[in-house]
Amino acid sequence: MDRLRSLLENHWKLGLGLAIVLTVAGTGLMGHLVWDVTRARVGSTELNLPPIWVRNPGPMFPKPDPTSPLGSDSSGRDMLALLIAATPNSLRVGVVAAGVGMAAGIFLGFTAGFLGGWVDNTIRVVADAVITVPALAVLIVISSYVRQIDLNNMAILLACFAWPAPTRTIRAQVLSMRHRPFVQMARLSGASSFEIMFLEILPNLLPYLAASFTGTVSASILAATGLEALGLGPTRIPTLGMTIFYAIKASAILRGMWWWWGFPIFMLVLIFSGLFLVTIGLDEIANPRLRGAPRR
Amino acid sequence: MKVYLLQRVGMFFLTVWLGMTLIFIIPRLAPGDPVAAMVSRMTAQAGQVENSAEIIEAWRARFGLDDPLPIQYLRYMKNVFSFRLGYSLAYFPTTVEEMVRDTLPWTVGLLALATVLSFLLGNTVGALLAWRGTPGLARALLPISLTFTSIPPFMLGILLIYVFSFGLEWFPAAGNVARGIHPGISFSFLVSVLHHGILPATAIIITTMGFWALGMRGMMITTDGEDYMILAEAKGLRPRRIFFHYGVRNAILPQVTALALSFGGIAGGAVIIEYIFTYPGMGYLLYQGIVNNDFVLIQGIVTIMIVGVSLAVLIVDLLYPLIDPRITYRKGSYG
Repeated sequence: MDRLRSLLENHWKLGLGLAIVLTVAGTGLMGHLVWDVTRARVGSTELNLPPIWVRNPGPMFPKPDPTSPLGSDSSGRDMLALLIAATPNSLRVGVVAAGVGMAAGIFLGFTAGFLGGWVDNTIRVVADAVITVPALAVLIVISSYVRQIDLNNMAILLACFAWPAPTRTIRAQVLSMRHRPFVQMARLSGASSFEIMFLEILPNLLPYLAASFTGTVSASILAATGLEALGLGPTRIPTLGMTIFYAIKASAILRGMWWWWGFPIFMLVLIFSGLFLVTIGLDEIANPRLRGAPRR
Repeated sequence: MKVYLLQRVGMFFLTVWLGMTLIFIIPRLAPGDPVAAMVSRMTAQAGQVENSAEIIEAWRARFGLDDPLPIQYLRYMKNVFSFRLGYSLAYFPTTVEEMVRDTLPWTVGLLALATVLSFLLGNTVGALLAWRGTPGLARALLPISLTFTSIPPFMLGILLIYVFSFGLEWFPAAGNVARGIHPGISFSFLVSVLHHGILPATAIIITTMGFWALGMRGMMITTDGEDYMILAEAKGLRPRRIFFHYGVRNAILPQVTALALSFGGIAGGAVIIEYIFTYPGMGYLLYQGIVNNDFVLIQGIVTIMIVGVSLAVLIVDLLYPLIDPRITYRKGSYG
């Protein structure tokens, strides 16, 4: 228990970030139990309902309705149900895309760092080229051809652009570890390359891998939300980005219906801030010099 | 030096080729083709379409979709390198080049300004955060500027429109200049451009500067431990000189590399910013292409974006030896 406490004191960013992310994920998952998510469908409630605590929404808006505590949009989707239904979908796209991208990144990063030579050069050059290509633009071309896209396909597409960053990080770390004494030691005691990679180097990279993973989840959710906000995401499954798309399309910003775009943005801001805190928290574990004020 | 130059130019062509190949191949791997999709959407709108088979036939022939893929691919490459991007489907006699020409300056202007400001501000904040000589008050206040770091630019953009356009009515919510002002070098034009550009630029700057600040802080902390810093201090150099000439001078190098790598992401983010602010640049044009199913326009704009981003990276890479003299001595490696 004491160890846990000191861990949390040293790594409050990680702790706070995890708490935020888990709360958001929990709201999405547990919400299904306490709230009827079918009310996320069009026409479930009166149109344009403001949230219940809004006293004076404007002359033409209906009176707030306790059955829709967060209000509703212009098609009568209950905002609370929409948030509960959409949040897990948005998280899932990010996690699947980052999972696939990381798997490729770990494989390529280790291969490049360990084998060196022309294999390393090829992987490095291609990774640099893919990083430079504006991913969102290419994704826009693809999804505007495909149009009806489901969540998993979208995640796979995002993964095509999620691998270069982890590949670069992991390659750099593997290179720096290859010549450390403990690796040399393992090699002298006759460990195979495979054993060295997975038993010696990989465990030491875990903080980097974890930081890289959360960073990639965040980047993937950002790209997914961008596509959805342009109307290129799945249109039949509620996502946070799609909600923003409908809000912009119906010019909700200039009609003062802040709850329509405000709540999905609030959820996304929580997700991004949480993941960001986790990422820099893990970075500090991987590189303790980053923690706190400079010494001396 | 020659090797470095050749590598960078090679990288430019590789990136352009890779991006173009991706946007050529992946849509063609997907089931269906744009013409059939277009006709099916016409059917959905009009109830029924006369002679739909013939329309599909004619359009396929017209866009060369009947040719074997390698031929289509070579023709696409040839057209791009001779800057012929084809006719817009939705605004027929207008070519994509013309549409891009009218919108490109706005996008480049907005992005260049926002990126440079964000880079300068972010790195200054990051360097000051890591510097021991920073006054306590500044050290306490500076982290506030990092509040919006993890938020996507377009979300802050929506918030800014709500507060400053809808609520306070200080800035316009859309467009690039007020109506009735003719483009030209005049005071009123300049003021109007700034007035319209401030919100989108602010959205980009505030959300991206934290990235530079965090990177710079990390690099400054690393340089702080170096021997030459201790030597500089032992020599009795003034703190200001140590800060700029020994600290910042060395810490900024990886930041410039990171800048080159982030151009792609910046361009992507700008598409959505322009769409949110109805800012008539290339990103907004791209959105109109999506709405109108104008595949030629979409493909053309994205090709231009790929070339533009790669070119920006190439320029940074070519300027890099100027700020890092070591680069000339390196052989066979880069970055």
